[in-house]
Amino acid sequence: MTQADQSLAEFEATLRAHAPQLIESLQQGRFDEATQMFNELNQARNHGLYQEVGKLTRELHNAIVKLEMDTCATGGDPSPITDATDRLSYVVEMTEKAANRTMDLVEESAPLVNFVSYEAQSLTADWQRFMRRDMNAEQFRDLVKRIDHFLQRSMNDGSQLSQNLSEIMLAQDFQDLTGQVIKRVTRLITELESNLLNLVLMAGQVDRVAGIQHDREAMRLEQETKKQEKQPSNGEGPQMHADIREDVVSGQDDVDDLLSSLGF
Amino acid sequence: MKILIVDDFSTMRRIIKNLLRDLGFTNTAEADDGTTALPMLKSGSFDFLVTDWNMPGMSGIDLLRAVRADDRLKHLPVLMVTAEAKRDQIIEAAQAGVNGYVVKPFTAQVLKEKIEKIFERVNG
Repeated sequence: MTQADQSLAEFEATLRAHAPQLIESLQQGRFDEATQMFNELNQARNHGLYQEVGKLTRELHNAIVKLEMDTCATGGDPSPITDATDRLSYVVEMTEKAANRTMDLVEESAPLVNFVSYEAQSLTADWQRFMRRDMNAEQFRDLVKRIDHFLQRSMNDGSQLSQNLSEIMLAQDFQDLTGQVIKRVTRLITELESNLLNLVLMAGQVDRVAGIQHDREAMRLEQETKKQEKQPSNGEGPQMHADIREDVVSGQDDVDDLLSSLGF
Repeated sequence: MKILIVDDFSTMRRIIKNLLRDLGFTNTAEADDGTTALPMLKSGSFDFLVTDWNMPGMSGIDLLRAVRADDRLKHLPVLMVTAEAKRDQIIEAAQAGVNGYVVKPFTAQVLKEKIEKIFERVNG
C-alpha cells in the first residue's frame, strides 16, 4: 500500500481508538479535553506526512551535495560548472594561440615564395635573350651573377620554408589538448544533467506529497512565448546539422539562391 | 577605400584583414564589437563595413540597423560575414539592408566575389 494509504489507515485506527472518549468529552462539555484529543488526532494524521517530508528533504540534500554546488560541502573547491567554464576558456585561448602562430608562419613564408616566383620570372626574360643569343658578354656576366645569387637565395629560402611548414604542422598540436579538455567537459555536463534530472524527479515527489498538480505543458508554453518575445533575432552560432535541418542553409550557394529568390 | 572589420574573435579579424590585403585593400581598421564599431563609423569616414553577427555587446544585425538609421551612414555598403545560417536570419539581414551575406567557413574566392558585386552595384 502507498505511503498515503498507510497514513490514512493509521489515522483511522487512531480515530477509532479515541472516538468513544471524544464523544463523551464533547457530550460532557469537557472542551479542553476534547481539544487535547483533537490535537492528538491531528498529530497522528500529520505523522505520515512529516515522515515523507523528512525523507524527501534528506534526498534533496543528497542531490544538492551530488551537484557539488554547495561550496561549504566541497570545502571551497570550484563547482563543476566553474571548472567546465575554466576549461573551455583554456580551449579558446589555445586555439587562438595556435591560429595566430600558424598565421605568423604563413605571413613569414609568403614573401619567400613570392621572391622566388618574382625573381624567376625576371630572370626568365633575360635567359630567353641569352638563348636567342641576344646578349653581349658583359650582360651575360651580369646574368650569371644574378643566377648565382638566385640559386643561393632559393636554397636558403627553400630551407627556411621547409622549417616554417614543419612548425605549422607542430602548431596544430592544440587539437590533441583541446580535444581532451572538451571530452572532459562533455563528461561533466552529462553528469550534471543526470544530477539535475534527479532533482526534477524529486520535485515530482514533492508535488505528490503536497497533493499539488503542476501543468508542465502549460508552463512550458508560457516559457516559450516569453523567450520568443524577448529575443527574436538571437544568434545560434555555427549550425551542427545544416544538412538535415530545413530552416538552415547548407553553404554559400544556398545563401545566394535564397537571397536572389527574394529579389535581393 | 577605408574598410572597418568588426568581429569579436581576433583571429577572424586577422584572416579577413589578410584576405582584403591580398585583394588590394590595405587601408583597414578593426573593432571587436558593434558598440566600439559604431562611434568609429560615425567619426571615421569609412567606405565599407564588414561585420560578424554574434557579438556580446551590440550584435551585427543591430549595428546594421543603427547604420541604416543614421543619416550620414545609411548608404554605407555592409557585408555580413557570419556563422549564422538560419534562413530566417538571412532574410532578416536582407530586409535590414545588408548588401551581402557570407557564411562561415568561407573561401577567399567567395569573399572576393561578394565584395566585387557590392561595388559593382554601388558604382553602377
